[in-house]
Amino acid sequence: MGYQQDPSMPPAALASPITFPDSVAKVEHVQSVRTPVEIDYLATPGKSLSAYLRALKDKRILGDRCPETGQVFVPPRGVSPLSGRRTDEFIEVSDRGYVESFNITRLPIKTRPDLKPPYISAWVVPDGSSIGHITLVAGIEPEEMRIGLRVKAVWKPDDELEESAANILNWVPSGEPDVELGDLRIVGNPETAAT
Amino acid sequence: MANKERAAVIGVGQTKYASNRGDVSLAGLVREAAYRALEMAGKTWAEIDAVVIGKAPDFFEGIMMPELYLAEALGCVGKPIMRVHTAGSVGGSTAIVASSLVHGGVHDTVLTLGFEKQSESNAMWALSLPSPFTTSINAGAGGYFSPIIRRYIEHTGAPDLIGCMVALKDRQHALRNPYAHYRDPELTFEKIVESPMLWDPIRFSETCPSSDGACAMVLTNEAGGDAHDGPVAWVHGTAMRTEANNYGGRNVVSPQASEDCAAAVYSQAGITNPRVEIDAVEMYVPFSWYEPMWLESLGFADEGEGWRMVEQGTTHIDGGDLPVNCSGGVLSSNPIGASGMIRFAEAALQVMGEAGDHQVDGARKAFGHAYGGGAQYFAMWIVGAAKP
Amino acid sequence: MVASMQRQEASIDDESEVEFMVPLIHGVKASIGLSQADIGFTCSGSSDFIAGQAFSFVMTIDGANPVPPISESHVEMDGAWALYEAWVKLQTGDIDTALVYSYSKSSGGSLRDVLATQMDPYYVAPLWPDAFAIEALAARQLIEGGMVSLVELAEIASRSREYAAANPNAVQTAQRSVAEIMAEAPVMDPLRPSDLPTSADGGCALILASGERAHELCERPAWIRGIDHRSDAHTLGVRDLTTSMSASLAAHKAGVGDDKVDFAELYAPFTTSQHLLTQALGLSGNTIINPSGGALCAHTMMASGLIRIGEAAQRISVGDGDRAVAHAGSGPNLQQNLVCVLEGD
Repeated sequence: MGYQQDPSMPPAALASPITFPDSVAKVEHVQSVRTPVEIDYLATPGKSLSAYLRALKDKRILGDRCPETGQVFVPPRGVSPLSGRRTDEFIEVSDRGYVESFNITRLPIKTRPDLKPPYISAWVVPDGSSIGHITLVAGIEPEEMRIGLRVKAVWKPDDELEESAANILNWVPSGEPDVELGDLRIVGNPETAAT
Repeated sequence: MANKERAAVIGVGQTKYASNRGDVSLAGLVREAAYRALEMAGKTWAEIDAVVIGKAPDFFEGIMMPELYLAEALGCVGKPIMRVHTAGSVGGSTAIVASSLVHGGVHDTVLTLGFEKQSESNAMWALSLPSPFTTSINAGAGGYFSPIIRRYIEHTGAPDLIGCMVALKDRQHALRNPYAHYRDPELTFEKIVESPMLWDPIRFSETCPSSDGACAMVLTNEAGGDAHDGPVAWVHGTAMRTEANNYGGRNVVSPQASEDCAAAVYSQAGITNPRVEIDAVEMYVPFSWYEPMWLESLGFADEGEGWRMVEQGTTHIDGGDLPVNCSGGVLSSNPIGASGMIRFAEAALQVMGEAGDHQVDGARKAFGHAYGGGAQYFAMWIVGAAKP
Repeated sequence: MVASMQRQEASIDDESEVEFMVPLIHGVKASIGLSQADIGFTCSGSSDFIAGQAFSFVMTIDGANPVPPISESHVEMDGAWALYEAWVKLQTGDIDTALVYSYSKSSGGSLRDVLATQMDPYYVAPLWPDAFAIEALAARQLIEGGMVSLVELAEIASRSREYAAANPNAVQTAQRSVAEIMAEAPVMDPLRPSDLPTSADGGCALILASGERAHELCERPAWIRGIDHRSDAHTLGVRDLTTSMSASLAAHKAGVGDDKVDFAELYAPFTTSQHLLTQALGLSGNTIINPSGGALCAHTMMASGLIRIGEAAQRISVGDGDRAVAHAGSGPNLQQNLVCVLEGD
């Protein structure tokens, strides 16, 4: 038997049993302690996310543009990974787009008890954006769901709109013909930059 | 590696991986792995010059920079401690930082260790701390990777059950590794196929467990490796690559950073045909479909053909000529911060001839691989039985 | 060290971490005519606990221009250790340039409380000892042991503010006399307001180059002649809080005492830490300590150590001195210490 083959044997240095003084010898060992950690954070969205949230209140979707390549990122991030530079120009994109790929979640998640499985999360590329972002897709049976499906955003009623990503309840099929995609390993739409 | 100091692994230590190692504290957990590595290396704490520690997010255990608290447990008083964090690839990156300390001639002998004690917190919670600016729909890593896997399946036309074949193979391998967490001799292909879909197309049995555990290695320089009375794994190449996780035109199935990282490590190790020259692979496969995807990305299979290697049993330790994850892989043991280091350490054990029941006969060169983030952080190394 | 850039403000409310770091990361490269393609290795330092988010560094990586892919790593430590990792990479000979950056925006949380989660999770952290209270333990030992007086600490604080007045990146520049500080009511007895760090948001980016490459990029590079870091024990009860074994050892290994030191930039968030480090590093009265005003006047957690190194390098490059010491620290009572000796040509 080599060096690695018996995990039930402690390393030699840890093999000798720990001895306790008589005074505590019969005290039951503490198996675990619960030490809750609670810290409050004040989160600040920053310039680009702030602009994005404000636009959502007006039912507009904003992206930001790479100053070198022209790619448009939704949601805006304030930086382009393609140039390593700030993206200070905002571009309004459509609330229609297509599905790049999707996931069907068949188990409930704690942070969204309102979502009843199975439900669909998908990468949706809004028209005018160079990249997809993860969002909910509804109004279609999981069995019917497919890559290339055209979808449109469903907004909250006007009187419930606020500066929130929750303004878009989900995306649903728009009825337009599916989009034909090329090499399925590649995501996003670098050609958007030209338009 | 003309002027670089050579580096060698002379000790590997692991803990038994389990969903809850409630029998030990964090300090006890890391000491178990560290002592096993020291004993195999024939070293004492006094002979260790520095310690390099890796683990995944601090929120997993709710301790900020836990390496500070572990200083005494890891014999670090009066010594340098470094703490690496590069998402899921961290175990691999940590080993590479340790090997760089030797390659650069900064230290002679270094202990490196990765750990996670997932039972002391809730990874799902730590990964989805509420942000007021976004809506949470993603349901963890599975929800993120499932659309990528779907793309791979549609692109290659791979049969639906390839992922289940990988899952069975890795769990069969785990039965040969007494350290593995998930070991179920009753598991069958049918049970895997029938297990519930979680993140369609990912089934429950195609996902990794949550584990407690630690993995450690002792690395030393050429003189140390030569003088060592025992098996040695020589480091032939190391590389790390990072890319952005979302931009127009990104290859999500075989990220450029993955291909670049592999090319760099092959070049350093003088490998031109990995399929022929590598004898054993330990790759980071947290969801079963990533095995055929990485086989292609790392150049072991042609594009679109990785799944055929799975189907043909090429990656099975029994009869396959490119055994992958003989330890059982991440699918069988997943202490996140250690998972990458386990890949690197298991690769070392293979070329040392110390992998026991999951030893690949005559393994001379082995590949260790880890990735993280949105498949955007990569760490890889190649180790050999002979000096580079 | 061939270039550095920093930004520190009391709080940066209108920008995310990546938004305020891009001008530094891109700017420091552009300042010497480099793009990311010219950089051999990139390494950063930051903390999830300060950001309040797991994998927070992933949110910032786009700022490093990782398309096409880059050779890159990250430490969950002050950026000074990211610099150390980059320096190690340079020692291997695989690369000749490296980009290092670190940052934090601690204004979003209570840093004093966040740092309590660094303590031993079983015995100490559940008591929530805050960072000021932990330092006050050392301060009391130093004062009652007769090793430093309240007046000497007030002098350190007063002088820091004087220096900070000339530093555009300092946050605390209000001048205060020793008499005024002596009249301050303690906040965490015996520590008075002026003995404490001035919290800031911000970051630092700098570039390392080796050999001839350094001379191509900078007229007068600040050469790293020695760099070392060490840890003390974590358990407060087994440490002598009036000295710093790890800082002394790192200083010895880095060769601080081999020659005169013109000035030193020490990561000293408290006046007591500045006193203790000056002793531990063996710096004499002829060495100017913290000419930037130090962390007492601008304390950007995770970046303050790297900023010390950047400040010292900058001063060497412009010819303010020939030999400098830069120091970074981490953990309760500066459990970990990194010491770096910098020289001009």
